[in-house]
Amino acid sequence: MKRKLLFILAFVLAASLLTVMIVNAQDGQPRIPTDDEVNAVAKKLYCPVCPNTPLDVCETQACKDWRAQIRDQLAAGWSEQQILDYFVQQYGERVLGEPQRSGFTSMVWVLPLIAVLSGIVIVWQVLRSWRLKRAEQVSSEISTPNSSDRISKELRALVEKELKEID
Amino acid sequence: MISEIGLIALSIAFLFSVYGTIGSAYGGLRNRPAWVESSRNASLLVFPLLSLSVLVVVYNLYVLDLSQAYVADVASRAMSTFLRVTALWGGQQGSILFWAWIMSGFVAIVLLRKWERDRELIPYVIAVSMLTTTFFVGVVVFITNPFARLWHVPGAADLTTSVFQPINAMPYIPEDGQGLNPLLRHFGMIGHPPTTYIGFTGFVIPFAFAMAALITGKSQEDEWIRTSRRWTLVAWIFLTIGLILGGRWAYDVLGWGGFWGWDPVENAMFMPWLTGTAFLHSVMMTEKRGMLKRWNMVLIILTYALTVFGTFITRTGVISSVHAFSKSALGPAFFIFIGLTFIGSLSLLFSRWDALKTEHQLESFFSREAAFVLQNMLFLAITFAVFWGTVFPLLSELFTGTKITVGPPYFQKVTGPLFFALVLLMGIAPLFAWRKQAAHSLGRAMLLPLAASLGITAIWGYSHRMHPAPIFGLWLVSFVLLTILTEFWKGVRARMQGRGENLFLALSRLIGRNHRRYGGYVIHLGVVMIALGVIGDAYFKQETQGTLTAGQSLTVAGYSLRFEGLNSYPGTDGREVIEANTTLLKNGQTVRPMQPRRDFFIVQEQPVTVPAVYATAGTDVYIMLLDWQDDGRSATFKIYINSLINWVWAGGVIMMLGTLVAAWPPRDGQKETTYQLRPQVFGPQPSTGD
Repeated sequence: MKRKLLFILAFVLAASLLTVMIVNAQDGQPRIPTDDEVNAVAKKLYCPVCPNTPLDVCETQACKDWRAQIRDQLAAGWSEQQILDYFVQQYGERVLGEPQRSGFTSMVWVLPLIAVLSGIVIVWQVLRSWRLKRAEQVSSEISTPNSSDRISKELRALVEKELKEID
Repeated sequence: MISEIGLIALSIAFLFSVYGTIGSAYGGLRNRPAWVESSRNASLLVFPLLSLSVLVVVYNLYVLDLSQAYVADVASRAMSTFLRVTALWGGQQGSILFWAWIMSGFVAIVLLRKWERDRELIPYVIAVSMLTTTFFVGVVVFITNPFARLWHVPGAADLTTSVFQPINAMPYIPEDGQGLNPLLRHFGMIGHPPTTYIGFTGFVIPFAFAMAALITGKSQEDEWIRTSRRWTLVAWIFLTIGLILGGRWAYDVLGWGGFWGWDPVENAMFMPWLTGTAFLHSVMMTEKRGMLKRWNMVLIILTYALTVFGTFITRTGVISSVHAFSKSALGPAFFIFIGLTFIGSLSLLFSRWDALKTEHQLESFFSREAAFVLQNMLFLAITFAVFWGTVFPLLSELFTGTKITVGPPYFQKVTGPLFFALVLLMGIAPLFAWRKQAAHSLGRAMLLPLAASLGITAIWGYSHRMHPAPIFGLWLVSFVLLTILTEFWKGVRARMQGRGENLFLALSRLIGRNHRRYGGYVIHLGVVMIALGVIGDAYFKQETQGTLTAGQSLTVAGYSLRFEGLNSYPGTDGREVIEANTTLLKNGQTVRPMQPRRDFFIVQEQPVTVPAVYATAGTDVYIMLLDWQDDGRSATFKIYINSLINWVWAGGVIMMLGTLVAAWPPRDGQKETTYQLRPQVFGPQPSTGD
């Protein structure tokens, strides 16, 4: 409950902050977006040519140009989503750091979820079956109070253990 | 001439490995002790033979014998002698030879130590471990030979790399070598491959014992677990050190201000670590309660397969593109080997499935048994998520032709909650007794840590109002930390009161008497510290970037960086250094001058960004020089404020110490008190609380 409240609070805060930002952006002159604003978008993209390098930290000339492009797009008033869409359209899905949740790619999200859920079910079933066995054992022991067999088993284990030590 | 000696030694080592594998298996199956003995001798000889060829490669690197393709590839005149020698594991050929060499060393240790003890298991231990060795030596001999030379075939545009002289070819000796990839010239990358390989190969030994136990039908007995337990622990800690050194390297060198990027290569190392950790815990179930025997087998088989898979991924580059796979015979060879050993060991397990049947009985869901099972499930789920995310780009490219990236957001979102559950379990599971935990005593044990951690979190959350996730994370860390400390305190207090010992004596005796248990707790402490570092990295990181002219500053989180000027000078190992003079200030007060720089490696034409880091216990200020303009009159900097990151390194050190405690051999005469197979006594009995 507390968590939910905090979420709502965070959401309201973020929404109001965003409104302020939009208002500021509208009344001011067109300004050059800062490096941090560019990086915030670039962080969500991967370099289209180098393996496994996020665009905000990539140091190749091509990536510098892409970041400059993002800066221009931001200056022209594009939203983050528009820029991401543009890059996907230009260079394919691989530029997205976070895989999409649609099409074949959605499998990357779905399968671990299924795995975890079935893991929980399996663990539950296994533990329950062990408990059932235990219950049977206890009840059969109660019905046959003669426990001499049990003692001899223990004794045997003890003797074997001591024999091993002598070895 | 020297190289020929290395090549011949390598070839003989391969023949001996083949003989050791086949001979020991034959001797074991047909009960011919003479065959086993002879195979053992052959296997023992593989180590000195491979040592010789490793020495030859090192010598070639040392004298910079550029007629050798490998030397020309990874070494250069400008590199220091030390770096040249470490280039042994700087490239593919050398590192696979290095892998095989460590493996053969482990086999030799096992054969010298265990020969008299495990007569029945040993033929198959030799067969399985030597089969792995044979594969790696075979790869080195036939596919990626470190003694290959460069040849110029008339009419051909490119040089040929081959061990033997192609017809009409002229030997080609370059003027200078390519040199080691500049990014790898760092202490983390010098220590990381050896520790990782020791970890990887170390897991082969418990696997070999497990397979031997299955083949001999001795799997019902726990001999194999007892013999290989310490091996597992040693392998595990080396893999842990390897992971941490790799993280440190990434942090210092890769210039993105983080230590873990969920790169396929990192994941490849992380997966066997995950299953290995699950295995270390589940063997306790077998030792103490005789449970989970089949499951242990599954885990060790998975761990083995994942270690070979890890080497495969890191060494073939298959993940970066499907096309890298077909470029060399290396990919298919690994693929076939992993497939065959995996299917082979699993079918062996299924053939013994019934023999491994154990009576699993559970008295209560609130018991350590149940906690262990849940913990294993979580580890496996994380392993699966990591595996799936790592191979998915390949599947996507294969099935739909679309290249996609599975980046850190996927791994964070999927494994984050699982890790949360796992760390929570790490805090409460040690409080659970075997068999059955009475709810009220569990409540009592948890009350103090729970109340204290909630208090800490409430105060902290009140003073830093922010997103709820890190608040939950900090609660988790403080709660688990306090439960572990309470466990220590309870033991210490009992000794102080019962025996009148002072605090330090009580603590050391407590740990000494049950070093496995308390060593384990120390490892858990290290994990908690790393968890704190990860939370800091995920939620408290701040960054800013900006271009400054001399005298201007860039400010973030109370720190500001003032740019003074640029200068450049020639550095060691063939680099030109461009260095920025800057001053770091905190709240207007000068902290100290900082020199972030960019090294340009001339031969490789590769720039490397070397950050300047100001480290305090809580925070790292990580400064990078990204670019400069107008002849150095202005420069672009990026500053990361990395909160709590040093807890990751400190946690790693604590984990190492804990493992040392846990793996410490019992003193002479002192029996390993923690190891006992209790006869399963059913019926009511007082809880011993372990």
